[in-house]
Amino acid sequence: MRISWSSIFDALLPLIATAAALAIGAVMLVLLGANPLVAYGALIEGAFGSFNAVADTIVKATPLLLVGIGICIAFRAGVINIGGEGQMILGGLSSIAMGLAFPNMPGIIMIPVALLVGFAAGGLWGGIPGYLKARFNVNEILSTIMLNVIAVQLMNLLLRGPLIQPNQKGAAAIPQTARLAVEYDLPRLIPTRLHLGALIAVILAVAVYFFLWRTTIGYRIRAVGLNASASRYAGIKVERYIVLSLMLSGAFSGLAGAIQVYGVNHFMITDGTAASFTGSAGFNGIVAALFGQLHPIGAIPASFLFGALLVGANKLQRVVQVPAALITALNGLVVVFVVSSEIWRRKNARKRAIRELEEKLANVAHKSHSEGGDQNAG
Amino acid sequence: MTDKQILPSGHPRIDSLEMRGIVKRFPGVLANDHVNFDVRAGEVHALLGENGAGKSTLMKQLYGLYHPDEGQIIFDGEPRVIHSPKDAIQLGIGMIHQHFMLVDSLTVAENVALGLPSTRGMMTDIDRVTKRICELAEVYGLDVEPDAYIWQLSVGQQQKVEIIKALYRGAALLILDEPTAVLTPQEVDDFFVTLTQMAKDGHALIFISHKLHEVMAFTHRVTVLRDGKNVGTVNTVDTNKNLLAEMMVGRPLNFIRNYKTIECGKPRLKVENLSALSDRGVPALKNVSFEVCAGEVLGLAGVSGNGQPELAQVIAGLRPSTSGKIMIDDETLTGSTPMQVIEKGVAYIPEKRNVDGLIKEFSVSENLILRDLDREFYSKNAFLNMNNIAKRSADLVKTFNVKTPSIDTPIKSLSGGNAQKVILAREISRQPRVLIAAQPTRGVDIGATEYIHERIIEQRETGTATLLISEDLDEIFALSDRIAVIFHGEIMGVVDRKDATLQSIGLMMAGEQPPETQAAE
Repeated sequence: MRISWSSIFDALLPLIATAAALAIGAVMLVLLGANPLVAYGALIEGAFGSFNAVADTIVKATPLLLVGIGICIAFRAGVINIGGEGQMILGGLSSIAMGLAFPNMPGIIMIPVALLVGFAAGGLWGGIPGYLKARFNVNEILSTIMLNVIAVQLMNLLLRGPLIQPNQKGAAAIPQTARLAVEYDLPRLIPTRLHLGALIAVILAVAVYFFLWRTTIGYRIRAVGLNASASRYAGIKVERYIVLSLMLSGAFSGLAGAIQVYGVNHFMITDGTAASFTGSAGFNGIVAALFGQLHPIGAIPASFLFGALLVGANKLQRVVQVPAALITALNGLVVVFVVSSEIWRRKNARKRAIRELEEKLANVAHKSHSEGGDQNAG
Repeated sequence: MTDKQILPSGHPRIDSLEMRGIVKRFPGVLANDHVNFDVRAGEVHALLGENGAGKSTLMKQLYGLYHPDEGQIIFDGEPRVIHSPKDAIQLGIGMIHQHFMLVDSLTVAENVALGLPSTRGMMTDIDRVTKRICELAEVYGLDVEPDAYIWQLSVGQQQKVEIIKALYRGAALLILDEPTAVLTPQEVDDFFVTLTQMAKDGHALIFISHKLHEVMAFTHRVTVLRDGKNVGTVNTVDTNKNLLAEMMVGRPLNFIRNYKTIECGKPRLKVENLSALSDRGVPALKNVSFEVCAGEVLGLAGVSGNGQPELAQVIAGLRPSTSGKIMIDDETLTGSTPMQVIEKGVAYIPEKRNVDGLIKEFSVSENLILRDLDREFYSKNAFLNMNNIAKRSADLVKTFNVKTPSIDTPIKSLSGGNAQKVILAREISRQPRVLIAAQPTRGVDIGATEYIHERIIEQRETGTATLLISEDLDEIFALSDRIAVIFHGEIMGVVDRKDATLQSIGLMMAGEQPPETQAAE
């Protein structure tokens, strides 16, 4: 395959967009009286400065990647899943319920079972908007967002009620669960906070790549996303694949939630928001997926970079003493720039495709004539 | 210089327009290579060439959409630079596009006024526009009702609105881009009368086409382009269809003329009293019945929008029928899913190639397996067999002469003809019992059209029953053994090719019953 300048530019576009967002962030830092060079130095230091920092970055990137590969599946099928937050919560709740209900199992059995339960619960939660869209043409953007809210309230309800830590029962209850059995902790890869979940996420990203491009199911998901009409003509049951893609998308977010519980928190606590559990990974995973050009393999470095940004931003805040809101703003800027650059890239690609098409039409016509002439002579 | 003569529309006429030594380059392609072209007041000048020959590139430069890299455009002896369509319109150039630029929900007068400044500032001046339209319609003999809504008009009338629109804007020179593609033969005749009269009145007309018989019928001169170069300009009276075709393609063509009368035992495809609704929920097919024998091509003629796509979709399982029956040999096809229809041996080349037949972003090989994904050769237990897919794709690309850089090239970078060959390869290589070919050569260049026609004829030999749905009567007459005509969702009649004339088919396409003799058969 020929690599053109424009394709290199496209691949680098998310990085350029990030740089542009950070440049605006620099202006904000200056206005707040901080030195942007010092600030961004701290950001890099915080994300990559030590063995532990890199491990933390990867830990932060893990749920982003898991949500992100699910987003790749949904977007490839032409449906937009904004329900990662709720799906993560469902994955976390169901897996912790599993581990708390059976506290005396060997870890080697409970961990995979709990992760699968989380995967399935996220899948169910994603399947609801999928079914509503396929059956009643309900807009999945709205239904997935609504289900996020329902999931948060479900979490609050369960953590205050059936899942509450037994000694917290009473009037001034802090809504949180008991800690899972230590045997259920996801194994550490190296003596840092880095856990097995990161490896699982990377393996699954590669697996999803094969799923999308090497199986008939993946082929059909992509076909449905690109052209529903031609897919029907090809005998594909379009609605079924829309449901399936949202289920799978939800399942990966559910797994992200389960891995967050078993690999990082080991218990669940709520302050009434989704972000207290998910760290907004359900949203940021979308950005990571777009960052990676909606390609599961591309989502790996994209999640890593975005994880670095999140971890580094904490250090930035501590070092230059700016309000926490700036970090939120910075993240928001990156999201806006990356998403807009993706839209811009698509528009551009369409224009370029039209131009190339016109040129190639002329080219191919030219070729066919000369070849036609040859055949005639021979 | 003498004063310019005035046209019946009241605008000055363009005595001569010359495009001299026009060169237009796109990266890697020379789209126009020192092209000379001229047109004079009072003539219809045909611009003939295959897709990609550079016709539209040339005309887009005249209309100000592109700018020539070299060469001059000379109006009445004066070189001019045309920066934009606005400049072109000011110079008196009008363009009528193949797809009409009309707003359905507005009236004729509103469409004509659209985009023009009103004489009354913020307020519309529809009354004045209406009056002017009536004047123009009167002078040019175009029966157009200014208060009618576009959606109420037939395609032929809509085209008249387009002409009025151009005249209103002062067009002395009209560029007509494949204007007859959407008309019935009778409407075409009517249209030619209008154009001939306009030429007599002193307009200069450029007629872009690839339909040779139309070019022969009413133009004065013909310029042929091939590969961006002038092949030549000839007086229409000094040439004929075969010579023009040879100039276009650069080699002699085999005009296919080998229809035959089939001894039909049992029909292979049988459609009985089939009815179905359109997307809007109104009846699109009303008690349609016909049969196609093994080894036969049944041509279904008809003007666009008379139920052809609905018929194809019902047979392919993509649209439910409300009553009636479809049989393939002894099996019932009615109510089958699209997948079951494929499995029962029905191949389908859909009308909208890029919307229904292909996934543009998918590669050539991905499109070649689109409807055969589950065959054991291509996949096992849901895992694609990439080796087999690549091998078969390479074979098919070679066998069907698809011009593509590789089997991994996305379909969207292929020309229309080559994209259509990919569909053809996929559908025919399955060795179907029934082939439904809807507009199989629309927007396809002559070389590829010839090829596709040969392959359809070839299917006849292998015993396939072919239903050829086409709005191109040349195609219907060239390939069909029998011809059926559809009008407003009803079959007006079925005639043997040997008994059919353009006139008789044309009348049926306009909704007239066939003569008694044929109806009785």
